[in-house]
Amino acid sequence: MSGGPYDDRGNKDRTIANPDGMGELRPAGTEEEARPAPGADGPFLIGENMTGGYGRGPDILHDCTVSVDSGQIAVIVGPNGAGKSTAMKAVFGMLDLRGGAVRLAGEDITRLTPQARVRKGMGFVPQNHNIFTSMTVEENLEMGAFIRTDDISETMEQVFDLFPILREKRRQPAGELSGGQRQQVAVGRALMTKPKVLMLDEPTAGVSPIVMDELFDRIIEVSRTGLPVLMVEQNARQALEIADMGYVMVQGRNAYTGSGKELLADAEVRQSFLGG
Amino acid sequence: MDFLNAIVALSNFVLVPAIAYGSQLALGALGVTLIYGILRFSNFAHGDTMAFGTMVTILMTWWLQSMGVSLGPLPTALLALPVGIVGCMALVLITDRVVYRFYREQRAKPVILVIVSIGVMFILNGLVRFIIGPGDQRFADGERFIITAFDFRKMTGLQEGLALKTTQGITLVTAVIVVALLFWFLNHTRAGKSMRAYSDNEDLALLSGINPDRVVMITWLIVGALATVAGVLYGLDKSFKPFTYLQLLLPVFASAIVGGLGNPLGAIAGGFVIAFSEVMVTYAWKKVLGHLLPESLEPSGLVQLLSTDYKFAVSFVILLIVLLFRPTGLFRGKAV
Repeated sequence: MSGGPYDDRGNKDRTIANPDGMGELRPAGTEEEARPAPGADGPFLIGENMTGGYGRGPDILHDCTVSVDSGQIAVIVGPNGAGKSTAMKAVFGMLDLRGGAVRLAGEDITRLTPQARVRKGMGFVPQNHNIFTSMTVEENLEMGAFIRTDDISETMEQVFDLFPILREKRRQPAGELSGGQRQQVAVGRALMTKPKVLMLDEPTAGVSPIVMDELFDRIIEVSRTGLPVLMVEQNARQALEIADMGYVMVQGRNAYTGSGKELLADAEVRQSFLGG
Repeated sequence: MDFLNAIVALSNFVLVPAIAYGSQLALGALGVTLIYGILRFSNFAHGDTMAFGTMVTILMTWWLQSMGVSLGPLPTALLALPVGIVGCMALVLITDRVVYRFYREQRAKPVILVIVSIGVMFILNGLVRFIIGPGDQRFADGERFIITAFDFRKMTGLQEGLALKTTQGITLVTAVIVVALLFWFLNHTRAGKSMRAYSDNEDLALLSGINPDRVVMITWLIVGALATVAGVLYGLDKSFKPFTYLQLLLPVFASAIVGGLGNPLGAIAGGFVIAFSEVMVTYAWKKVLGHLLPESLEPSGLVQLLSTDYKFAVSFVILLIVLLFRPTGLFRGKAV
């Protein structure tokens, strides 16, 4: 697929090669230390005027801005292929930015590796493969707190209070849980670092409507604790209902920006993206 | 009395040797399965890694013997084993640094790494033969038997004897200790859990702040230790010859795959399955059957299903059967 001299050319013999769980992340940044951004006085987390794509590929984002402020829920919505997830990945440092900047709490983190961003306080829940399926729920949470050296039991209790079902299933392998429970493990794992901002990439993908409502409730609960939440959502209407800030993206550009209520009320947005 | 004699004969010629051989295979297969689970390729150089660690141990043993050091009834090699382990760890770390790391950085697909490991295998094999020579080396010293067949007969008054070699006893005890340590490490320590997390999902491990270079390094260290222990135990029990270790790769791989690649429990089970079938198929059953069957039915031939020259064929037949009927191995590893 990817070609190149080190490709497997279609050889999938798993008795000698093991592609399971292989990394696909292409961290774009290289630096470990954030730079001070003097005079930058904006939202808590902002990806400003981001332009870029994967590696040397074509630009996917064009002058795109997303941000989230303390205690807020910001939602990125838009049609398929609009670059919603890409925008989020750009904020998390998995995209080569050719223009724009990412700032967290007034520091310029544009050149930071994703791992360094985790240490800076960003919690990220990817859309797919977001749990360790062969490990128990408790071990998943422990791994989430890997960078911490202090006592994690209190944070784990908080996660169990937020997602009571996980306390019940703490000794069960996470791979045996249902779709909604897996998403809870995934969010719980990200919360274990005590992040300063939580980023969710389509947390409700592939779960039933009832479970989806429950997940949204939990996300609101998380944000009530003062933790800013930035998320990408397919279910635009429901997501905008709970959003303080909404971004509608089309073809890698900001099409509409406003509070959730404004966007829901906007005739054009309703016409184009919310089905009337 | 005849039934007892049959059991003793069976233990002496089948059970005890197979348990010892199975433990050695299991330790080897654990190394293969760890590399498969974490570095995601089948390491064809594993047999020669075992040979290298054993070679360092032998050289150290000889030096200790020349200094007049000994462990009394136990083989001096046990004293030299830590040096062998450190030597082997250094070798695998150097190999990783100059060979495998390059391909990891290129994000080479696992199949490429398999081919690379075959190259490493040939180089290591040449290196070992160059240093210690291609011939047979015996380095076991100390007491040869825990119980000899003669003593056993005298003790029990049975017609058959049961001999237990010191090396067989050491093999079993060491294997149990090493396996227990490994499982404790993987399931109860931070580093062990981070290895399992990395094996499960590399990207998420990275997002959790787990350092991949560290995981890879720990894995190589453990594999170097396991390979050396397995190699030294095999060499003590039989003898050391570089080409034998190259061939040992086959039953070791068969064990890992039969048990389920990537699954440590499976590697152990696979080791014993392969060892028992190899020994049982190549054993001449005349004696045991002679004790069990009435005189009129006593077999006239040796009742040996296969000559020992074909013992590797047994591993492969079992491998084929398992891959046909249970492709993920007995313990549901990752192979398909």
